[in-house]
Amino acid sequence: MQSRPSLKRSHMSTSRRLHDDFIPRARKLLRMLALYAILIALCGFVLLPVSWMLTAALKPNNVPFFSIPPHWFPTEHFEWRNFESALLDPVRPFLRFTLNTLIIFGGSVVGTIFSCTLVAYAFARLRFRGSGFLFNVLIITMLIPWQSQMIPQFLLFLELGWYGTYLPLIVPSFAGNAFFIFLIRQYMRTFPRDLDEAAKIDGCSYFGIFRFIILPLCRPVLAVVVVFMFLSSWGDLLGPLIYLNNTDQFTIAIGLANFATRYSPNTNLLMAANLVMMIPPVLVFFFAQEQLIGGIASVGLKG
Amino acid sequence: MERREEIVAYVFLLPWLIGLVVFIIGPVIASLLISLTDWNLLTPPNWVGLKNYEKMFSDRDFYNSLRVTFRFVFMSLPVYTLVSLSLALLLNQRIRGMYFFRTVLFMPSVIAGTAVAVLWSILLNPDVGVVNQVLQSIGIAEPPRWLASRDWAIPAVILMGLWGVGGGVIIYLAGLQNIPPHLYEAATIDGANSSQKFRFVTLPMLTPSIFFQLITGLVGAFQVFDVAYVLAGRGGTRASALQFYLLNVYEEGFQNGRFGYASALSWVLVVIATIVILITFRTSERWVYYESEEDKA
Repeated sequence: MQSRPSLKRSHMSTSRRLHDDFIPRARKLLRMLALYAILIALCGFVLLPVSWMLTAALKPNNVPFFSIPPHWFPTEHFEWRNFESALLDPVRPFLRFTLNTLIIFGGSVVGTIFSCTLVAYAFARLRFRGSGFLFNVLIITMLIPWQSQMIPQFLLFLELGWYGTYLPLIVPSFAGNAFFIFLIRQYMRTFPRDLDEAAKIDGCSYFGIFRFIILPLCRPVLAVVVVFMFLSSWGDLLGPLIYLNNTDQFTIAIGLANFATRYSPNTNLLMAANLVMMIPPVLVFFFAQEQLIGGIASVGLKG
Repeated sequence: MERREEIVAYVFLLPWLIGLVVFIIGPVIASLLISLTDWNLLTPPNWVGLKNYEKMFSDRDFYNSLRVTFRFVFMSLPVYTLVSLSLALLLNQRIRGMYFFRTVLFMPSVIAGTAVAVLWSILLNPDVGVVNQVLQSIGIAEPPRWLASRDWAIPAVILMGLWGVGGGVIIYLAGLQNIPPHLYEAATIDGANSSQKFRFVTLPMLTPSIFFQLITGLVGAFQVFDVAYVLAGRGGTRASALQFYLLNVYEEGFQNGRFGYASALSWVLVVIATIVILITFRTSERWVYYESEEDKA
């Protein structure tokens, strides 16, 4: 896009025009160079810590962890066994923690998709008394800080005997999440009404319309929801911290937080564990970049 | 309105309606009531009236956590707003390789707070950490002691946050790309230079995005937990310099078992956050520009 106008100009220009063009062109070039310099510096700010961390995670136990000057790139030591130790450590089995986190995520995905699509369908495509009022209630619940519900929810789940299980972390997702309901509802509103009408004339029930017509069309927005959910449930620390009390059940966030805070840890193993925690979201980011950025952007524009 | 359709709608809404009562309305009311008791799980709860709220006035942890949280709010919001706005302008330039730069700069925003805190607590080690080594190599003889210092602990947390600032940038970038080109064309015809275009077209058109970011930033700032838990967990200077409000609530409730007091603390936070957010909404009428034709809903 950038090159087309300048190419045209150089083609048409006489030597005099070229001379006149020199100063603006030089300025443009300098501006470009400055832009690239800033962008590369920023990439360094993002990537160098990661690369340093990988270098540190690959150092064997007997090598001093910090060095002056710092080792930014893994060139000397390749102790891949550190990752194995972090994943299979008997005290802090990060592989187990990863699986636990995925179990909670899986349960919440099922719950969220089930409840949020149903509720969003009602808000988006059914006419009923009180729909405007209830939708306002939905918006308000997004603004109520979770802290005001945290303690009673805990006491409720404790009373139910769910403390120390995954249930408090999964079951609420079956009651829907206001933000995801909102997101899906906005998406469902974009389909033409004729879809429902035609299906209704053909004798399709409301559930049939939902299940076989609307739901399949929602795949793109559901992908956004699943990506958001993965990131939040992978990173959630407070929830699991409150409800889980057994190391076997810990999630990766608790495992890492405990590893970092309890005693003075083997820093190379800590960095290995930290990489284990960082890599899955980054992979998700690379594979679902479009959905993620589209999702965040649409939230921002609607807000 | 069809009666069948209405019944079906309410059946579909049922999961959410049940959740609304059981997980939101019920708990909100309950937490207000619990805050008026000395609930601690060990002995049957007693009604203590407003005692929990009175206790806060003489509670040093309460004052400290409030100070830490407000310091973070007032220091982080201007920094994050400026940085993510400038970054969005930078990433909106049309140059070759921009896709790559965007990908790299957005990447850390997906990394969980716990992992970011663990990494940066090592990078920011005051004596041997790489950040201070870099600072020393560019001639800063006595770099900040970051997390080991009372004054620099919060800036250190803000620096960690800057690493993941990409999420906000995406929103500004979408805002920038949503500005109709004809506005710039009109400005060019009127003879505006690029800084005038920024001042009178870009900035006003971005105010809704800035406002959205400000509100979500405020809500988030009052709820900082992961970073505080990881960094303040070891006690010492850090514990008091990074005793964020929610961490204090967590410690009072889930570690000390004082659920009555912790409920009162969370209510105070909710009230303070609501007031700050309402003030922001109030002032927004003066500086947020909404284009009327954008009301498509």
